[in-house]
Amino acid sequence: MSDRSTVVVAMSGGVDSSTTAALLVERGYRVIGMMMRLWSESEEGDDRFVSNRCCSPEAVADARGVCQTLGIPFYLLNFEAAFKQHVVDFFVDGYARGTTPNPCLECNREVKFGALLVKARALGADHLATGHYARVRQDRGLFQLLKGVDPNKDQSYALHVLNQEQLTHAVFPLGEHTKDETRAMARRFGLRVADKHESQDLCFIADGDYRHFLQRRIPSLLVPGDIVDARGKVLGRHQGLAFYTIGQRKGLGIAAGQPLYVIALDTARNTLVVGRADELGRQELVAGGVNWISGSPPDGEIEVTAKIRYRAAEAPAAVTPLAAGRARVVFHLPLRDITPGQAVVFYQDELCLGGGRIQ
Amino acid sequence: MNERTVYLDHSATTPVDQRVVDAMLPYFTEAFGNASSLHRFGQAALAGLDTSRRTVAEILHAQPNEIVFTGCGSESDNLALRGVAFALRDRGNHIITTPIEHHAILNTVAQLESKFGFAVTRVPVDRHGVVNPDEIARAITPQTILISVMYANNEVGTIEPLAEIAQIANKRGILFHTDAVQAGGYLDLDVNRLGVDLMSLGAHKFHGPKGIGALYVRSGVPLVPMLTGGGQEKGRRAGTENVPYIVGFAAALKIAQENRDETNTRLSALRDKLVEGLLERIVGAELTGAPKERLPGHASFVIPGVIGDEMVLGLDIAGVAASTGSACTAGSVEPSHVLAAMGYAPDQARGALRLTLGRENTVEDVDYSLGVVADVVNKLRRTS
Repeated sequence: MSDRSTVVVAMSGGVDSSTTAALLVERGYRVIGMMMRLWSESEEGDDRFVSNRCCSPEAVADARGVCQTLGIPFYLLNFEAAFKQHVVDFFVDGYARGTTPNPCLECNREVKFGALLVKARALGADHLATGHYARVRQDRGLFQLLKGVDPNKDQSYALHVLNQEQLTHAVFPLGEHTKDETRAMARRFGLRVADKHESQDLCFIADGDYRHFLQRRIPSLLVPGDIVDARGKVLGRHQGLAFYTIGQRKGLGIAAGQPLYVIALDTARNTLVVGRADELGRQELVAGGVNWISGSPPDGEIEVTAKIRYRAAEAPAAVTPLAAGRARVVFHLPLRDITPGQAVVFYQDELCLGGGRIQ
Repeated sequence: MNERTVYLDHSATTPVDQRVVDAMLPYFTEAFGNASSLHRFGQAALAGLDTSRRTVAEILHAQPNEIVFTGCGSESDNLALRGVAFALRDRGNHIITTPIEHHAILNTVAQLESKFGFAVTRVPVDRHGVVNPDEIARAITPQTILISVMYANNEVGTIEPLAEIAQIANKRGILFHTDAVQAGGYLDLDVNRLGVDLMSLGAHKFHGPKGIGALYVRSGVPLVPMLTGGGQEKGRRAGTENVPYIVGFAAALKIAQENRDETNTRLSALRDKLVEGLLERIVGAELTGAPKERLPGHASFVIPGVIGDEMVLGLDIAGVAASTGSACTAGSVEPSHVLAAMGYAPDQARGALRLTLGRENTVEDVDYSLGVVADVVNKLRRTS
């Protein structure tokens, strides 16, 4: 990134994006703050619902205030349509298929580093910066995605969807810092948002309860059905498959001699399959829509550590690329909560190789 | 960031003329008195107030006591509509206006309609935003007490046929108000030639300060005040007179009106160059509003394949200050009510761009802006 570069910072009004903007201003770049107006149920004229939490009036006021403090322009751009299509509809469809989707990944791929990056570039920006805790490194003409240095905040998992073109323009200044350092810097820059609490996922769900949201969007998803064991024996009733996720133990409402866990969601039969802890473990999965950050899959099997959820620990595994953008992942030891719809992300040390959606 | 910046949003507001600032300054610290006070401080302030009122009255061919100073153009509109409606509610409850008025008019008549039992007819406009006086005549009922039609439209620059409408209103004995906020610096304000009974003005559209407006109220027009209190402005608008700003209002109006012909000739030429150049460079662009009967510095377009807000943002980044022409809230994509009333589909109206020249703009500004607009539109078109 040259000193004369124009950088758009995706502002949320939170401490991370605000400090990102401040750091880039301090480093002498020409910085422009942009905030995305995103979809929420209130856009459909139902005033029972509040704005999307990522662009509530308070968040907009905070972001604008930070830009005023920094002396940079601030613009609010409308991305409701892209967000609705790529994130909200994806989320609802995922549940309709009996999976547990991660909409934040699609937001990064299609909205932040999709629609927003395209607009920012068209409007004269060279780069798009966000407050993510991850790093980009150039290595022999290729852009690599590295974990953020703060192990508790590393967000490379959520960015594994980015390709070379996107990474060419991506800037993550906070990847070099810990969250504590970020807060300290925010205070040093005199940003009033320094002590704001963390933002939540599922920004488009007004009350934060995705089950209520699904009930409103597709009531058919929440049709009660049987809870069965692996041999099909009926053990109880469930309240709708979207209420459950793989590995879940609590809230099943079954009295059994031993703890039972959700091991599968059978949308065709509308049954919830449960089993003992030892039935839960799987050692193997196939991922679809795999993104290899380098731009091409490895020639054959490679050894990696893999994460099957944002907050999961990395587990050693062998990954073999398959046809049609898929990959087989074989873990050294069985894992309990391999969940269709969530992403499996591959690492070699601090390098994020990419990942795909668990099928 | 040392690139050129060009301000092309004079319909939104204008820089205050230095001569206006100079005229105002003594009234903050020297002649600071309350114009109602009997002593010399009060008298010095009152002198500034009286002189300013006379200056404005002369320009409007009106009497000084027919000029009411207000807080802004919107307040003038509010006072005219509500003031007349409340004063004449025993005579009738019908108001005629147009769908392309400023929100200061639209939201005020909507409130009179929903909360106070008035009936409102919004007479349609044609593709150029022009009101047909015959349609106004047809809308009149025995209940009609007020007609309000803007002098020139803020979004598309169209000048309305005020004199013809005034003739109709006068013949039927109905009061006629015009929102002349956009016209104040550029068009003839002779209230007798125009035939208006009430006329709203705001100083910041003609290189005066923000926060000061005026309402012309023809002698004998009944008006219920909205601000009650002391007897200022002959009881029509209470509150200590804002003397420095009133002085600024008068000074700015005088400068604008004295140099009107010269300014208009120059701005019209620049505008024509801007319009021709833009239509030439941008495929599919269309001039909105009346091609000839429009404000001298006003150019407005719809440009297919781009969103107005995004154009404005791209232009800002490249140093050109413009607007979409609508006072929409940031980030929302509600299409302009003016373009909708003129028959533009929402998709067309989303590509609205307004470039409004002012007296400090040069031919180099126009050339530079044309290049920037073409560049921004082409880049944005490739993204959609």
